[in-house]
Amino acid sequence: MRPNIAESVDATFWLVFGISVFLLLVVVVAMFYFIYKFNKKRHPVAEQISGHTGLEITWTVIPLILVIIMFFSGYYGFENMRNVPAGADSITVTGQMWKWSYTYPNGKKSDTLYVPLGKDIHMLIQSIDVNHSFYIPSMRVKEDAVPGRTNYLWFNADKLGSYEIACAEYCGLDHWNMYSRLVIIPQEKYYEWLYAKPDSTVSTTTTTTTTPTDSVKTSAGVTDTTKSKTDSVKTNKNDSAIKKDSVK
Amino acid sequence: MANGTIAGQHPEEVSFYEYDGKRKGIMGWLLTLDHKRIGILYLIAMLGFFAVAVSMGVLMRLEMLTTGETIMKPQTYNSIFTLHGVIMIFLFIIPGIPAVFGNFLLPIQIGAKDVIFPRLNLLSWYLYIIGGLLAIISLFTGGGIMDTGWTFYVPYSIRTTTNVSLSVFAAFVLGFSSILTGLNFITTIHRMRCPGMTFFRMPLFVWGLYSTAWIQVLATPIVGITLVLVILERFFGIGVFDPNKGGDPLLYQHLFWIYSHPAVYIMILPAMGVVSDIIATFTKKDIFGYVPIALSSLAIAFVGYLVWGHHMFTSGISDTSRVIFSFLTFLVAIPTGVKVFNWVASLYKGSIDMRAPMLYVMAFIIVFSIGGLTGLVLGTLDTDIHLTDTYFVVAHFHYVMFGGMGLLFFASLHYWYPKMFGRMYNEKMAKFSCWVFVIGFNVLYFPMFIMGYLGMPRRYYDYLPEFAPYHIVATVGSWIMVLGMIFMFANLIRGLYNGPRATENPWDGTTLEWKVPSPPPLENFDKIPTVHYGPYHRDWEDDRNEVVKEKH
Repeated sequence: MRPNIAESVDATFWLVFGISVFLLLVVVVAMFYFIYKFNKKRHPVAEQISGHTGLEITWTVIPLILVIIMFFSGYYGFENMRNVPAGADSITVTGQMWKWSYTYPNGKKSDTLYVPLGKDIHMLIQSIDVNHSFYIPSMRVKEDAVPGRTNYLWFNADKLGSYEIACAEYCGLDHWNMYSRLVIIPQEKYYEWLYAKPDSTVSTTTTTTTTPTDSVKTSAGVTDTTKSKTDSVKTNKNDSAIKKDSVK
Repeated sequence: MANGTIAGQHPEEVSFYEYDGKRKGIMGWLLTLDHKRIGILYLIAMLGFFAVAVSMGVLMRLEMLTTGETIMKPQTYNSIFTLHGVIMIFLFIIPGIPAVFGNFLLPIQIGAKDVIFPRLNLLSWYLYIIGGLLAIISLFTGGGIMDTGWTFYVPYSIRTTTNVSLSVFAAFVLGFSSILTGLNFITTIHRMRCPGMTFFRMPLFVWGLYSTAWIQVLATPIVGITLVLVILERFFGIGVFDPNKGGDPLLYQHLFWIYSHPAVYIMILPAMGVVSDIIATFTKKDIFGYVPIALSSLAIAFVGYLVWGHHMFTSGISDTSRVIFSFLTFLVAIPTGVKVFNWVASLYKGSIDMRAPMLYVMAFIIVFSIGGLTGLVLGTLDTDIHLTDTYFVVAHFHYVMFGGMGLLFFASLHYWYPKMFGRMYNEKMAKFSCWVFVIGFNVLYFPMFIMGYLGMPRRYYDYLPEFAPYHIVATVGSWIMVLGMIFMFANLIRGLYNGPRATENPWDGTTLEWKVPSPPPLENFDKIPTVHYGPYHRDWEDDRNEVVKEKH
């Protein structure tokens, strides 16, 4: 089991936060003490001190060591973030003004991101119009959706529950309303849902996305074909909506 | 107290306000070549833009007071945060200190009669005004007020129907104003220093301006070209940034930040120079670590070029480049830390006179340290992934920009006020308004750190109910902060009319501007001074200092 991303991000955060508070206290305490001690009433004549090489070296070298520590703690967490564990489930997320839609390896589409408990989830992130950013605050992960390219992130679905998904890159009028949900459900329920007939709430556009890493069984061809007709209709409708929105 | 031989003072000499050259009245100002008048012209224009942008900030906070619609619709909100950013960045923060205080004081501080290219200087002001006017015209023409955010990210800035082209062109024109000012300052510093004014005898404010000027000259053309490409993309669909035509939206982000990250240092370096000058004056002693402070300005300017990628950690740039940019970002923290430590050390064994400018500077050190240190979490690779594009970033850059450059703009106004206007403001009121401002500032921006950590994305018209308490506190903070600014400016304006006359050197400062009358005459000095000591040198018995040894 790989380290939990959210936990390691928080650990780094508090480490850097701790160092920062320490440095802030050094600066502020020294400052207030000097202001008090060397006020012109208590200390009417200034002593001319124009520098000290030893001190200059000290406060160059100690911060240098501290920033290297901080850099590496961030780097290890980052390595983990960028290397998707083997056997992760791949799901494609497509951003558009102003909604997220999810495409599963078997072609199933959804507006809500359902994922199975305990699995590593590999998100392939795309956009069909402008930049968006796929952000799951509780998982501490985020990656931009940029037209013309596929970005990725991964997270571990370690706790049952429902979490916010937001758009973190400004994308126009309803950017603030581009929320979606991550719902982590038990594995049996997940596979039951994944292979069930598309329900009425599933209505998203398709972009012609191919999922490169098809690690899950692809036995749901039947649902695929039945869905494709409704999809193409929806696509047209949505395309015109986008055009209307961006007449130039 | 003498810092070199200064030509005899002529109290009867008329100030640059009263001196009538070829033209009188308003034309004497609009066609002036005097660096001091141009500085005042910038100040007037800039405070106007600043007031507009502050009002927009207040309106944004008012909208965020409650969930749902409070006073405006989403489209209006998007336009307002865009304008707030564009005006603050391009019309206030970037040109602020160099254009106003740099113009007014740089020639005096290096013992010159004016900048080397006075006509170019006036042209810079006109370009600034034209840029500002174009930005204003863009509000009332075309497809409505721009709604892209101040970063103009493609593809949105290409697709939106709002009036992006004209606003972007305004920023392009403003860029030329910035380049010409930078060019003028570099040449002035190299060619116009008075006898004895070696590089390491220049006041640290001049060092800040010098480092900044290089960034202005070298980095601004990049954003100029980038903005032109956006306009061409909008009109002709040339496809540089459009992936459907073989372009790349990330290319835009690279080009934009190659300028706009160094621009952060354009904003802060001159301000940092002000800190050193003010501390030296009000501690009655030499600054601690003059050479390290001066060189750290250059180090920041240089390393600052190489860290733009930290704005793009989640954009999809390669993992290798993210790692390198993160490391370089941490390196730029070192010279910044060196400055802060030296400033605090400068207080040691001084004789501290806590006047209003000094109070502003002390407030700056705390607020800027918070801003700088929260930058570490954003430079760290894995935490930035979570925090980028949230309110944490909004809080961070308001702490460094407004708490940094903004507070120091106010500090400079109070410090050089007697020199610029020849009068004094009310000291008690100035300190009181500083306290109100700083308290309001923290109440306004600190909750944003917490919101950001909890996952509140920026540029959101509305928010989830759990963020409500923080938004309410922040909005109340904005009222307190604005109240502080109203007190401050009321006091400063009142001083213009009712303040007592200022003497030549009200603060007992050591740099050259305190050796000329307040306000200075047309060409500052009737005889070019000769300098024998470092800028913060005072007479003292102790012989350890090198500057003294040079005394012959």
